[in-house]
Amino acid sequence: MIANTELKRPKPPSRLKHYLTAVILLLILWGSAVQTESTFGKLIQGLPNMLDLLKEMFPPDWGYFAKVTHAMLETIRMALLGTTFGAILAIPVALLCAGNITRAKWIVYPMRFLLNLNRTIPDLLMAALFVAIFGLGLLPGIFALMLFSMGIIAKLAYEALEAIEKGPLEAMTAVGANKAQWIAFGVVPQIQAHYMSFVLYTFEINVRAAAILGLVGAGGIGHYYEVTLGFLQYDRTSTIVLYTLAVVLLIDYASMKLRERLL
Amino acid sequence: MIEMVNVTKTYPNGTKGLKDINLTIGKGEFVAIVGLSGAGKSTLLRSVNRLHEISEGEILIDGKSITQAKGKELRMIRRDIGMIFQSFNLVKRVSVLRNVLAGRVGYHSTLRTILGLFPEHDVHLAFNALDRVNIAEKAYSRADELSGGQQQRVAIARVLAQEAKIILADEPVASLDPLTTKQVMDDLKMINEELGITTIVNLHFVNLARSYATRIIGLRAGEVVFDGPVSEATDEVFAEIYGRPIQKDELLEEPVA
Repeated sequence: MIANTELKRPKPPSRLKHYLTAVILLLILWGSAVQTESTFGKLIQGLPNMLDLLKEMFPPDWGYFAKVTHAMLETIRMALLGTTFGAILAIPVALLCAGNITRAKWIVYPMRFLLNLNRTIPDLLMAALFVAIFGLGLLPGIFALMLFSMGIIAKLAYEALEAIEKGPLEAMTAVGANKAQWIAFGVVPQIQAHYMSFVLYTFEINVRAAAILGLVGAGGIGHYYEVTLGFLQYDRTSTIVLYTLAVVLLIDYASMKLRERLL
Repeated sequence: MIEMVNVTKTYPNGTKGLKDINLTIGKGEFVAIVGLSGAGKSTLLRSVNRLHEISEGEILIDGKSITQAKGKELRMIRRDIGMIFQSFNLVKRVSVLRNVLAGRVGYHSTLRTILGLFPEHDVHLAFNALDRVNIAEKAYSRADELSGGQQQRVAIARVLAQEAKIILADEPVASLDPLTTKQVMDDLKMINEELGITTIVNLHFVNLARSYATRIIGLRAGEVVFDGPVSEATDEVFAEIYGRPIQKDELLEEPVA
């Protein structure tokens, strides 16, 4: 009997797939390094240069803080407006992308495709495009962040929507609710905390993104990165870096605490 | 009155969920549908308010065909049919009161309900409904703070606030313990008797069906194999419905009083 059961034991699955995956990954890494001509030797050779740069960045030009404060505030305002408009736009998009809310497949799949398309365009490129359309200033930055946030929030929200409990939805169908009532009573209460959390998270990302949009002329603190780097005023660059770091940390912390409360 | 005429449900893979069902359920009846899991109890119940579509036949609610109704007409028929589910189906993150008021949405304009502007009359109705199932003090609690039995009573209150003429209860006590089972079944019985609401309940336990229903419909493999008053539903009849003698776990232990 014992021998019999042993014979029937299934063979463990082959590990070959895992080994092959590892080999392929290593090959890709090695190939990338060769193609970009990056070697550890170069990294070490470059170390003194990096140290020189760091020396020039220190001490930071403390007086410069006051001068760039208005630009920093501009950056935050840009992130705030971009996130808000993006969050509003994301609501219908997410509802149309969620298969359990929108039953018509011919709407769901094209909407998801458009959403993915939107997410393939990097925010900096989007800002550059809008600069070309609207000219220099804050407006192209806000527009770029709006589309960028819409993409993130809609993507996160539609995935969360597809995971909501369907029982309450069924109950709303049974009481004779129309689609809008069905969404307001069955869907919204299940998703609103998640949605708020996604919006805050996107705001965190947007403050960081907004900080560099100035590089392509879309306003905010990024403009001063370009100026100070251009004039080799590295002590001022480090002021901006520190300032950005402080603001981002502060906003991340506040947003994280808020999100903990929400969920 | 509910009339089912030649109702058949065929699933896309060809299996028959319901086979040529003809039933008439009169106003004020308390009907228990019994049968094994997979016999089609849930499919039958859910086809009454068209949560499930049927393949052939027609279902009439007070003379109007729900099978052919569309849009607003369908919603108006559904408004008169309350439903109670095994898993309660409340929105957990909102208050009990709002869950009960959700039963009122069919009576008002979209804008009004979305903004939550229910008239005083509705709030009154909602509290009366909660009173009837002895849970009014929980009106402002979040639904997920309540126990299973309490949540099911909120679901009953939702149906009451809906002013439904028919109640469909799909395994309403399957996730409850014996004591709360008795409370929920008592509530359903009381509503049926006092308000004359037609009640159809899917039940798993034989003795619950016997002690609460006035009429029992036995389903087996999608077919009605018994339909008659409780007095005729003997152990032999149940053995026929289940295709074997009743087992001990199909009898719910009597809760200690």
